[in-house]
Amino acid sequence: MTTTADIHEPTFLAGDEFSIPTFRLLKQDGTLYEGAKAPELDKDQALAIYHAMVATRVLDERMLAAQRQGRLSFYMQCTGEEAAVVGATAALDDADMIMAQYREQGALIYRGFTFDEFMNQLFGNELDYGKGRQMPIHYGSRKLHYMTISSPLATQIPQATGYAYGQKLAGDGQCTAVFFGEGAASEGDFHAALNMAAVHEAPVIFFCRNNGYAISTPSIEQFAADGVAPRAFGYRMHVIRVDGNDILAVYSATQEARRIAVEHNQPVLIEAMSYRLAAHSSSDDPSGYRSKKEEEAWREKDPILRMQRWLDDLGWWSDDEEKALQESLRREVLETMKRAEKRPPPPLDSLITDVYADVTPELQRQLDALKRHIRQYPEAYPKGARALDSDVRAGDDTAAKGEK
Amino acid sequence: MPTMNMLQAINNALDIAMGEDEKVLCFGEDVGSFGGVFRATSHLQEKYGRARCFNTPLVEQGIIGFANGLAAQGSVPVAEIQFADYIFPAFDQIVNETAKFRYRSGDLFNVGGLTIRAPYGGGISGGLYHSQSPEAYFAHTPGLKVVVPRDPYQAKGLLLAAIRDPDPVIFFEPKRLYRAAVGEVPEEDYQLPIGEAEVTKEGTDVTLVGWGAQMEVIDRAVELAEKDGISCEVIDLRSLLPWDVDTVAESVFKTGRLVITHEAPRTGGFAGEIAAAVQERCFLYLESPIARVTGLDTPFPLTLEKEYLPDHLKIVEAIRESVNF
Repeated sequence: MTTTADIHEPTFLAGDEFSIPTFRLLKQDGTLYEGAKAPELDKDQALAIYHAMVATRVLDERMLAAQRQGRLSFYMQCTGEEAAVVGATAALDDADMIMAQYREQGALIYRGFTFDEFMNQLFGNELDYGKGRQMPIHYGSRKLHYMTISSPLATQIPQATGYAYGQKLAGDGQCTAVFFGEGAASEGDFHAALNMAAVHEAPVIFFCRNNGYAISTPSIEQFAADGVAPRAFGYRMHVIRVDGNDILAVYSATQEARRIAVEHNQPVLIEAMSYRLAAHSSSDDPSGYRSKKEEEAWREKDPILRMQRWLDDLGWWSDDEEKALQESLRREVLETMKRAEKRPPPPLDSLITDVYADVTPELQRQLDALKRHIRQYPEAYPKGARALDSDVRAGDDTAAKGEK
Repeated sequence: MPTMNMLQAINNALDIAMGEDEKVLCFGEDVGSFGGVFRATSHLQEKYGRARCFNTPLVEQGIIGFANGLAAQGSVPVAEIQFADYIFPAFDQIVNETAKFRYRSGDLFNVGGLTIRAPYGGGISGGLYHSQSPEAYFAHTPGLKVVVPRDPYQAKGLLLAAIRDPDPVIFFEPKRLYRAAVGEVPEEDYQLPIGEAEVTKEGTDVTLVGWGAQMEVIDRAVELAEKDGISCEVIDLRSLLPWDVDTVAESVFKTGRLVITHEAPRTGGFAGEIAAAVQERCFLYLESPIARVTGLDTPFPLTLEKEYLPDHLKIVEAIRESVNF
């Protein structure tokens, strides 16, 4: 159904009528824009957010270095986008579901995922909740309401619409926040998800991290329109564009989006404008597609530095505290990494569990055949896989396993 | 016992499932007040409300993505894809998401509550895009269960089992039989087992294996073969994933001969998988080559549909060739 006036001459519209402003509160020097009002954040909340942002940066730096040393197969950094991810998460209720793309480790840190938990996943050891089945950075946590990451892009977006619809029917006052990049927003799943969320009135926050690049493809080659935000009009959805490097603006916008979602069962689109300061992944080298000068310009808009200056001005943070935090985080990353590296991989039996709720007879036959084969060629297979029976582990650790 | 056609049996199963558990939701294109283009969801919106039975926008990848999210959240979605021919926009959501949800999360999350219903198969002058049997694509995907009922009684019992199964199920409904198949169906709740084949007729000379609409075609072929004095054992596979190799092998040990039939094209069809598994188990018991009676390796035709379909005459010829090898 449309409700429009009639015209009697062919008049075309190009969408330029929609001019979408960018919501900003905090300047790079740590002071507020004139007339800007900071969201209500007490010192503890502000420091929790800051801590999560710094911890994300430190984890990313150390783990990329570990990847370069050959200790880890793969890694993805959030560098430059910490405010967007952590600010949005902090504005949610801790029981709201988060469906992330893959660059949102800051959300997990904010919710209390420990470095041990990160490392177990990154090294795919026997304590990894995902049982060593997915590449590094595919975290998940049921207790922290963080859906396990899957590599296919944008598949999580319509799932978020469905999850949120279920939350609405359950009536428990929760919503779902789904993160994705401006590149993934080109997938059909994005459009399906937004349209269905508007039609079925699902309490979901679509959080687009517009970081300028989909691997090497700049956003100017991703869409002709003014970013992703204008698409919301086509679905009749609330939308806001926010400075993704402005922690206060992201927090404030997401807080309001959550209110719209939960109180009115209306979806909201947030487009956070930021920049992926690091490479797409440890397998990528940005020098082939963008200039150092461009990177430098964005490095000066560092979201962590911006928040630190704001905290300094309030007298909530000092250089000494910064130094102590950095040191303790670095130490913790190294210690947890060493622990995780030493742990054995999951037992061979986990190859066939969780395909179905119960192991099927055919899968059992296939595993039994595989065990017979490995017993025949024990030296040809990794040591861990030779823990052929679940009661005989390659390692000696007896720590509690799994979170369920 | 009341008599129902297959649509009524399916509608009855959905009614029971929605009545007993408010987490069960039915949705898809035209599924709401209209009750679906085949009317499988008739009156469910009236009875259970628009929040639980509703139309979706016309977007299959969205329907299944939405259903995956609902199932992960703890709801029990029954999503309808209007024709199996149109399931492919949702292929990514089904193959990469539905099927791998439990495995990739180490069982932190699962979409076991999900059932996807889709009418499949030919014989209705539907041409290329209203006739396909895509079951083999999905039977190649660990993590899914694939179920196909042959008649109204089976449809109700298997659909109720699918909805309550702890794993996601694709439920292909033989649309040619929606109104054509009529039989006694109990009013009350019952389930039939997923993953178990059924021997629908015992015999000694040759084993016939099929599923869905092909079972009726097999029965007609068997009637002809038995007039020739050939004793046929008939097995309805019912589930293609996981499939009941034990029941089929047990039968072939006895008969030494196997004829498999499906509407889908031959190359890469599920008959190939059955033939391979049976020869592994029964090699020394086989009296003749395992025969496949299938569609041709072409897109599904329109005016030449009757010639294309693996009908009872093609099956009876395969039976004779097998017995006289």
